[in-house]
Amino acid sequence: MQSDISVKNLNKVYEGGFQALKNINLEISRGEIFALLGPNGAGKTTLISIICGIANMSTGEVVAGGYDIVKDYRKARETIGLVPQELSTDSFETVWNAVSFSRGLFGKAPKPAHIEKVLRDLSLWDKRNNRIMTLSGGMKRRLMIAKALSHEPRILFLDEPTAGVDVELRRDMWEMVRKLREDEVTIILTTHYIEEAEEMADRIGVIRQGEIILVEEKSILMSKLGKKELRLQLQHKLESVPSELAAESVELSDDGYELIYTFDSQQEQSGVARLLRTLGDIGIEYRDLRTRESSLEEIFVGLVHEQATG
Amino acid sequence: MNFYGVRAIYNFEMSRMRRTLMQSVLSPVISTCLYFVVFGSAIGSRMGNIDNIEYAAYIIPGLVMLSLLMQSISNASFAIYMPKFSGTIYEVLSAPVSYVEVVLGYVGAAATKSVILGLIILATARLFVDYSVLHPFWMLSFLILTSVTFSMFGFIIGIWADGFEKLQIVPMMIVTPLTFLGGTFYSIDMLPDIWQTISLFNPVVYLISAFRWAFYGVSDVNVGVSAGMIMLFLAACMTGIWWIFKTGYRLRT
Repeated sequence: MQSDISVKNLNKVYEGGFQALKNINLEISRGEIFALLGPNGAGKTTLISIICGIANMSTGEVVAGGYDIVKDYRKARETIGLVPQELSTDSFETVWNAVSFSRGLFGKAPKPAHIEKVLRDLSLWDKRNNRIMTLSGGMKRRLMIAKALSHEPRILFLDEPTAGVDVELRRDMWEMVRKLREDEVTIILTTHYIEEAEEMADRIGVIRQGEIILVEEKSILMSKLGKKELRLQLQHKLESVPSELAAESVELSDDGYELIYTFDSQQEQSGVARLLRTLGDIGIEYRDLRTRESSLEEIFVGLVHEQATG
Repeated sequence: MNFYGVRAIYNFEMSRMRRTLMQSVLSPVISTCLYFVVFGSAIGSRMGNIDNIEYAAYIIPGLVMLSLLMQSISNASFAIYMPKFSGTIYEVLSAPVSYVEVVLGYVGAAATKSVILGLIILATARLFVDYSVLHPFWMLSFLILTSVTFSMFGFIIGIWADGFEKLQIVPMMIVTPLTFLGGTFYSIDMLPDIWQTISLFNPVVYLISAFRWAFYGVSDVNVGVSAGMIMLFLAACMTGIWWIFKTGYRLRT
């Protein structure tokens, strides 16, 4: 598939000597939704800032929309829309003027019909003549997205787009992102809400201390690294895990009424049948059983922790 | 050339001026009127002519220049400082606009405001003093050139400033004293020799002198030298701005 963003050997070292990005290599395809996950200070915003032209790279090469971001910066930037993390707005301007300003700034002729569509899609049409200072936090977030979409970009960066917004608005934004994907807009999303990446992303990259430690298809990542849990609700309370199960990865819940067995869903032999046979042999009865797959959040925490502890 | 980008910045800034009409236009006009009343009508009526020009009329070019310098610096420095302060500068930095286009938008708007203000002050002065303009073309040229030059200077200050205090320091602590000592209210010839020499190191002397020449045909310094000095300052400001964008000083990390 055609690559819309190509990052090669990118390094960023600040004046004080701090290396924010270490030899980043990344390819993002046209029309893809790519989620970049990482703890605070991992380098997510720095990477986005460099691609969008807000910060300078130390070394490396970045191509966006088929154009080098330094040599062909005009053409590269024309293709990009950015929704930054901070709610930075001109408080005294009206919604309409602010969005129209963004379109003009990106070199596009006025197109009121497009601005109207963007505002309607983001439920901002009724507020078009309102000053930005009168908008709620959620509305300001929508406005930031409207500004980023005003010049019809083919690549959209969403840097923590749903930070601090309510559930309803978050769902609306996810819906909007899906619609943009239908129009073949490439979306790069950074988020703290793993649920967001799980819900929307095609691929996931994990960045930690300035290094990309993993890039994988979401489904593959979840199946590759996902753990499954079998929970057995017991008829009678246990004081401790029976010695016959000591060799298995079995834990007992605090109240003693649940046995929790963790297994690798990818292995041929999950060990569930063996566990259940053993329970029957030693006379432990259970009322119910259920299995659960680990979430992306658990995978993410596991990955970051694994890297941190080396 | 990103024409729409330049126009967007320019219109945005002009709309800010319309929103703050009291502060942008009315306030400097009233201040200058007070100067006309106090120094022109009240004190001026008891003073003799300078270079055969009535004192109230003599101070008009200097007073216009005083407002022009202050407002050019203030307009341009606020214009670029506010996006930095509010964080909206990200949009300009990520847009497909060259630094020349950014400067055209911000400095163009700041200079336009100053020129409009200068013309309003000149029109208002008519209410208090009867004056003539001997070289209207050169008067307008110096008005525009000074507005552009000092708007560029203000742009540099706006980039350099990392707090509101710094925005005020240069106009209040440097430009105002230089303007008052630059021959706004007197001719340099009236000073003792040593102070005349020292005054020639004050760049504002050249601005006021050239502007006064356009009005009355008299000047403290040869008008060609004055024009050269203005162009030199303009070139220095352009170099400063070029360096800022080349290095990303206080704009790009």
